[in-house]
Formats: sequence, structure tokens, C-alpha cells
Amino acid sequence: MKVKYDKSKGLTDKPLSYCPGCTHGIIHKLVAESLVELEILDKAIAIASVGCSVFSYEFFNCDAQQAPHGRACALATGVKRVLPDNIVFTYQGDGDLASIGIAETIHAANRGENITVIFVNNAIYGMTGGQMAPTSLIGQKTTTSQDGRTQALHGNPIHISEMFSTIKGVAYLERVSVHNPKNVMKAKKAIKKAFEYQKANKGFTMIEIVSTCPVNWGVKPVDALKWVESDLIPEFPLGVFKDKGDQNE
Amino acid sequence: MAKVLMKGNEALALAAIKGGVDAFYGYPITPQNEVPEYLSKHLIDAGKVFLQAESEVAAINMVYGAAGAGKRVMTSSSSPGIALKQEGISYIAAAELPCVISSVMRGGPGLGSIQPAQGDYYQATRGGGNGDYKLIVYAPESIQETIDIMKDAFNVADFYRNPVLVLIDGLIGQMMESVDFDRPVKERKLPVKDWATTGTKDHPGRRNVANSLHIDAQELEDQNIHLQEKYALIAKNETQHEMINMENPDYVIVAYGTMARICRSAIKELKAKGISVGMIRPITLLPYPKLAFNMIPETTKGILCCELSMGQMLDDVLISNKGRHKVGFFGRSGGMLPDPSEIVDAIENFSDKVVE
Ligand SMILES: Cc1ncc(C[n+]2csc(CCOP(=O)(O)OP(=O)(O)O)c2C)c(N)n1
Ligand code: SF4
Repeated sequence: MKVKYDKSKGLTDKPLSYCPGCTHGIIHKLVAESLVELEILDKAIAIASVGCSVFSYEFFNCDAQQAPHGRACALATGVKRVLPDNIVFTYQGDGDLASIGIAETIHAANRGENITVIFVNNAIYGMTGGQMAPTSLIGQKTTTSQDGRTQALHGNPIHISEMFSTIKGVAYLERVSVHNPKNVMKAKKAIKKAFEYQKANKGFTMIEIVSTCPVNWGVKPVDALKWVESDLIPEFPLGVFKDKGDQNE
Repeated sequence: MAKVLMKGNEALALAAIKGGVDAFYGYPITPQNEVPEYLSKHLIDAGKVFLQAESEVAAINMVYGAAGAGKRVMTSSSSPGIALKQEGISYIAAAELPCVISSVMRGGPGLGSIQPAQGDYYQATRGGGNGDYKLIVYAPESIQETIDIMKDAFNVADFYRNPVLVLIDGLIGQMMESVDFDRPVKERKLPVKDWATTGTKDHPGRRNVANSLHIDAQELEDQNIHLQEKYALIAKNETQHEMINMENPDYVIVAYGTMARICRSAIKELKAKGISVGMIRPITLLPYPKLAFNMIPETTKGILCCELSMGQMLDDVLISNKGRHKVGFFGRSGGMLPDPSEIVDAIENFSDKVVE
């Protein structure tokens, strides 16, 4: 796999804190490039969440706020309502968004808040050391599901994009992956489109990005990319779940 | 403006508008519903922001966002709702963002009741959020005082970059009084909000970040020391209390809010009986008017702490008294309001009430 790592003006000089083989870094780059290309970096406000991306407020080269765990969409709402001409986005993991912060996220979507949510789904709690996430797969071994997740004990993995596709306030919703160059390019297009929609005041946009956590999955970085293809994507199929296009609801 | 007859909660809301509130985020709960109801109409009509959030948790975090963006922002709630806001309050205090929170207390613990009470003294002054943070807590005893404090509250919050909590109870919230909205507000030279996250276009070359994370231990301790210095300055400049009848009183009552009003009546009845009773009425519960206790004469026979709770402010009374006088306690709770005669009785039988 070949990913170009020329530095975007949308990122600061701070070295990224992610583990080798973690795709958080690629996603940062795609977000940063989109902000630069759309010429909205200087009016962007990033809302960092709690998870491995907690330091994203130091990485995105724009103003930022650091939210309590799960509350990023509430902060984003608070900011966007008072600064409607700015660009506001959250950057959240699956524990942050799909577990503790699900209420804040659903209601922000339902109100059609004109914000963009970058949702990084790596099927695990990375920062706290590999506990089960709401998106962990059936059978997936984590530090809190040591014999593998079962439906009987833990329920099924939650499908955020599928759920949110039913919400009227959502203007654009796509699930993408960054496990190979072709998908990285698709992911970039999706992220950029989401910000374009926000610029055009179309409403709530969310890009779910299937991501890796080789460290806590207990695999080598190359095998992590393979596991995305073989296991994660079949559970979380990629594609556009909602596109309001030019319609206004 | 002439005096107008107004309900406490609505007056609080109007005073927030007079204080320059830009945005309100809240979640319904009795007995404070007139606050958001009033603001929902009047803020939106004025082109400002009103949003009913999905929960108190969301509301306080919306406050965080808007405060970080440099706006004058508030939320309002009551006891169980304030409990849910504590996480956000700790983050806001840590990130040093100004905001105003109004809390209209009801009976507790748990779902408790919707009757007026003062069981949230600990909640207001000790908080439930994590870490070494402090709020500035006002406890007015009348609607007029609520208005005067609310009008100044945004200035105080902006001046110190700290959350301000205005604590009333359901009785003040629900009753009506004739009030004046045009009383002067203290002049304060407010700092420019050059830290607000409004986009780097407004401050090229500098990124503004609202944050409470300091992963380096020394950096976090330095921040905590800075916060403590700020709290000491607030204690020096902003502590407020009222002293009533403090020339040689036989006893001194300490009470705030609605309980202070009831005690005023009791003091009159006691005077008629030939017993001289003074009162220290804290207006700020945090910082607490500790120094006022030095004014209690040696000859005073005792201090009676009166609360609509089971003995919470009592801790601060004992700390402030430093063992100088006997301290007694009288409390009702759960929404039960005492008749002034019960306080008269407590003073007449002070020895039965002594706790220390
Ligand atoms: C209120 C609260 N509960 C728990 C935590 C601990 N915590 C920190 S990160 C995290 C989970 C992060 O997982 P995820 O959102 O999936 O992001 P990742 O680290 O995988 O990128 C948890 C539970 C916290 N900081 N705050
Ligand atoms: S723990 Fe996992 S998600 Fe976190 S930086 Fe490392 S690889 Fe990435």
C-alpha cells in the first residue's frame, strides 16, 4: 500500500501520537486536506473527543475545543448555533459516538445541526487498552470479552450509518474505509463532500470511517488492513446511506 | 422603568436578557420551567439563540461550546438536572470558560419532590464534578435581589472566566413580587475575549483552543495553582453578605435565601419578646463570608444555623465560627417550610439545638 504523506497545511507541526499502522493518521490528513482545499480552514472549529484522537485539537491547524467523552456533538451544536457562518466538525471514535455519546449524536442529527461528524469506527476502545466497543464483532476477543463477543451476553454490533439513515435531519451519510489507496481516495471524496454540504448549509453530515487498531486487535499492521477487508467491511458495508443532494426537506 | 409585578422565574429570565445573554440551552424540569419558557419566546424574537436540548448533559455541553466561542451563554435547571450537569461544569471551570447557570432547588434526594428546599447546598458549593474547581455561587433571598445578581452574573463570569451559579429555590421561583429592572449594575472593566474559538481568521497566527486536558503532571499542577490563585482573588473581591441587627445580639442566626426571609419574621417576633437576635445572611455561598463571623460579639450566647435542609451550610458555619461560640442547628426539608414561630422556639430552647 502506498499512501503519500506530504504534509497538509491543515495539520500543525505536532507529530501525530498514533501507533504504527493506525489509520487515524490517514483520516486526519484527509480531513485537513479537505479543509484546505475548500478554503475553510480559517473558519473551522474542530471538536476533539475522548479516545485515541483526544489530542486532535493539537493536530488540526484550526481553532478547537476538547469535549468530555461522548459530548462532542453537544459542543458542536453549542458552537454552531452561535457561530452559524463557521465550519464546525467533530472527530469521534466508536466508544465516544456509538456508546456514551449516542444520545447527543442522534439528537444533533435529528435537529439537522449543520455540522460534520467524522466517525472513526475501529471496533474497539483503543485509548483505554482494547475493551469491547459497541461496534466490536461477534466473536471478537477484547480485554472485556476475552472469550469473544457473544450476542447473548453483549448484543450485536451497532450499525450507526444504517440507524442514522432513517433520520430526516441527515443531509449526507457515507461509510468509507482507508485500508487501501482506492478506498482512501473514496474516503477523501466523501469527507470533502460532507464539508461542502456544511458550507452550503444543507444540514447534518457524517462520514463513518472503518479504521484499524493493530495494537489492540493484537495483529501486525498489514494483517489489520486484511482484517478490515475480510471481517469489518462485511459487517459494516461501505456506501452512501443518505444523500439529500439538492433537495431541501 | 417603573416597578412591575413579576414571577421569580420569569424575572430571572428577563434579568438574563438585560445581562446580555446571547444563547440559552436547557432541558425542562419543575420548578424552573418558566425560565426556559420565557426565554424561548423572548430570545428567539430578539434574534438570539434558544435551544431545548435532549438532556441536561447535552445542555451543559452546548453551553461549553458556545462559551468557548466567546458568547454570553446560560443554562437553567433544578436539583436532579444540576446533578447531571456536574461533569460539564467541571470541564467548563477547568477550561476557564464563562457561563451562568441558574438552579431552582426542589426537595431531594433522588426524585424527591417539586416543593422548595435548600438540599443542594453541597451540590452548589462542593459540586459533583471531578477535580479542584470552584464556582461562584449566589443565593439571593428575593426576586429583586435575583434580578440584580443575574444582571451582574455575566460580567462576573466574563471577568473571572469562571462559571457562576445563581441558586434560588422553588418558592422564590414561583412567587410574585414588585420589582425594578433598572437598578444600576456594578461597573467592571471586562477583558477582551481574545481566547474565543471563532476561527483563526479572527486571530491569524494563533490557534485558540478550549481545553481541560494537561497530560503533563507539572503542567496540570501549575494550572491548578493558577485556578486557586483566581479563586482566592474571587474570595477577596466578590464575597457578599448582609448583617442584620448585629449590635450586641443575644443570638445570631445564619440563613440564606428563603430561609433568611422566614428568619427575618422570627427575629421581629423575638424582639417583641425582648430577645435580641442578629443575622448573618450569606449572599455568596461560595466564596463563603467567613470573616463576617469575626463580627459576632463575645457576649453572644450562640449561633443558630437555619436551613431548608438537614445541615449542609452548617459545615461552613462551624468552619467560620472556629469554635468561638456554641453553634446550634434548625432545619426543615422535603419541601416543608417552617413557620417563624418554630425558629422563635428554636432560639428560646437553644440548648436543645446545640451541635457543637
Ligand atoms: C466519562 C468518561 N468515561 C470513561 C472514560 C475513559 N475512556 C477514555 S477513551 C475511552 C474509549 C475510547 O474509545 P473510542 O471512542 O472507540 O476511541 P479510540 O480510542 O478507539 O480511537 C474511554 C472509555 C473517560 N475519559 N470519560
Ligand atoms: S491504540 Fe489503536 S486506535 Fe489508538 S492509536 Fe494505537 S492503533 Fe490507533
